[in-house]
Amino acid sequence: MSTLAIDKAGPSRKVKYGSMSRDRAWALRWSYFFLTLFAIFSLVPPIYMLITSLKSSAEISAATNPWWVFHPTLSNYLELLTSNQFLRFFWNSACVAVIVVTITMLISVPAAFALSRMKFWGSATLATGVFLTYLIPDSLLFLPLFKMFAVFSDWTGIRLINKWYVLLFLYPTLTVPFCTWIMIGYFASIPKELDEAAIIDGASWFQTLTRIFIPVALPGLIAATIFAFTVSWAQFLYPLVFTTSTDQLVMPVGIITTLIKGDVFNWGQIMTGALLGAAPPLLIYAFLMDYYIAGLTAGATKG
Amino acid sequence: MVEVAFQPTSVPQARTARKASSLRNALKRKSTMAFLMTLPLILLIAIMVIYPAFYSIHLATLNKAMTKYVGFGNFQFLFKRETFWMVVEQSCIFAITAVIFKALIGFIVAHFAHNIPSRKQRKWRGMLLVPWVIPPAMSTLAWLWLFDPSYSAFNYTLGLFGAGPIPWLGQTAWARFSIILVNVWFGAPFFMIMYLAALKSVPEQLYEAAAIDGANWWQRIWYVTLPMMRNIIAITTLFSLIVTFANFDITRILTAGGPLDSTHVFATWAFRLGIEGGDIPLGASVSLFMAPILAIAAIFILRDISRRGNEA
Repeated sequence: MSTLAIDKAGPSRKVKYGSMSRDRAWALRWSYFFLTLFAIFSLVPPIYMLITSLKSSAEISAATNPWWVFHPTLSNYLELLTSNQFLRFFWNSACVAVIVVTITMLISVPAAFALSRMKFWGSATLATGVFLTYLIPDSLLFLPLFKMFAVFSDWTGIRLINKWYVLLFLYPTLTVPFCTWIMIGYFASIPKELDEAAIIDGASWFQTLTRIFIPVALPGLIAATIFAFTVSWAQFLYPLVFTTSTDQLVMPVGIITTLIKGDVFNWGQIMTGALLGAAPPLLIYAFLMDYYIAGLTAGATKG
Repeated sequence: MVEVAFQPTSVPQARTARKASSLRNALKRKSTMAFLMTLPLILLIAIMVIYPAFYSIHLATLNKAMTKYVGFGNFQFLFKRETFWMVVEQSCIFAITAVIFKALIGFIVAHFAHNIPSRKQRKWRGMLLVPWVIPPAMSTLAWLWLFDPSYSAFNYTLGLFGAGPIPWLGQTAWARFSIILVNVWFGAPFFMIMYLAALKSVPEQLYEAAAIDGANWWQRIWYVTLPMMRNIIAITTLFSLIVTFANFDITRILTAGGPLDSTHVFATWAFRLGIEGGDIPLGASVSLFMAPILAIAAIFILRDISRRGNEA
């Protein structure tokens, strides 16, 4: 008690307190300064895309200040959005992404449920194995997969290479392991009492999954869906390897292979295409940022 | 109570027997059910991931027409080529430098973002994560345009300060720098988000205790923040090392391996040899060199998982 009283009476404490808050203020100012620098660094390419997409070819080749639009025009957008080829890319991409998301959810949600709740022989090993397969990169698998599909078409006569739907077989290898892993984490965090209560009330396993687990783990489900969508929208290597005809291409590959003709770079259109290609993930991100970040951090923190 | 007392002695035995068999049935049903639920996953992984991984080892031992077994012939051929050693060097330089810078920048930015009031953090986090959200193929196109030899916006800006034009993608050293820059730009936000989440989970009391003990800013980071974040730093770095080592999009779009094959990494060179050159076995042998790093990562992660299992 007495030490406390002395401490309170001490004059040094007040001075120190003042300097600490001044330190805080300066730390805050420096934080904002550096955050602004990093934000500029992060946003320069997308902003530059937007700037260039609003320019006409004449203005681009006139080599005026590249950071400013002197005669804004929407002609690039009009041209691309009325071009059948470009709309075809967009349509292919959308089809692939939506179907892959559906397949991914249909495979990974029941599997995650079984792995997290219905312990069976080898389930722990399988859960770890799922995580490890997520680490095998696409650039290791594209050659054997290409050869496998070629052999498959020799054997059965079903040609899958150079059709957009071949991607429906390939993308799940990228999305399913990670989504299963996220969902295992979310399902494991649901209290056991909840599904025990459902079982006692006579619910089947399927009902437990659809009535209890899916509603409760909805945030995780949304995060996994967003992940699956962004991955299938952004994937570049597989469509580059497996599809070549212009009517079978998806967005990223389509923009790169058709808008870049030889050495002639129509940069206004390329940037417009790139911006339109980046738009769906960006829009999802803008509206569902918290789910996006939850999905991003769930993978490693639960690992 | 009464019910229990009334129960005849013969009934419990029969009941336990029936209960056991029905329990066994239920167990059997449950495990069958669970197996059926995981079957699509198992099939997908077995057919589309595990099988191709081993198939690529088989492919690597065939000749170009894939008709004859040549053993280690492809590897012997690769070891004799200068380009191969250049690719090994470039892959290692690229992956290690990029991961170090991503981790450093991510750590620094996470600290700054953690400093500001949490109300405003959302907005900043939102802006800083944009590079990670844009499909890498699309954002690399923007960088390609920023690096354009004749209309480069960077060179224009540098020109205003009197600095000479830089051959961003035209010279080996600059091209390597540019590729790493783009990769850091793309990957740093991921580290930032991870570290920010980790920073938030460090209890405030630890910092208070350290401050009372007279720890300065550096000591607080070294003795409190870093040990608390050790796990997340390790796993994020490992993740990123794998992804960066296997990176394809950025190098392919920016330089396609040029100038003079000096910026090829394993993935782009495997693509060049296997798909563009039509020599699938040789490409498969090149891409197999990504496997050692994967194996190391797998060992570390398995060790981590088993250790956590023991703790729990």
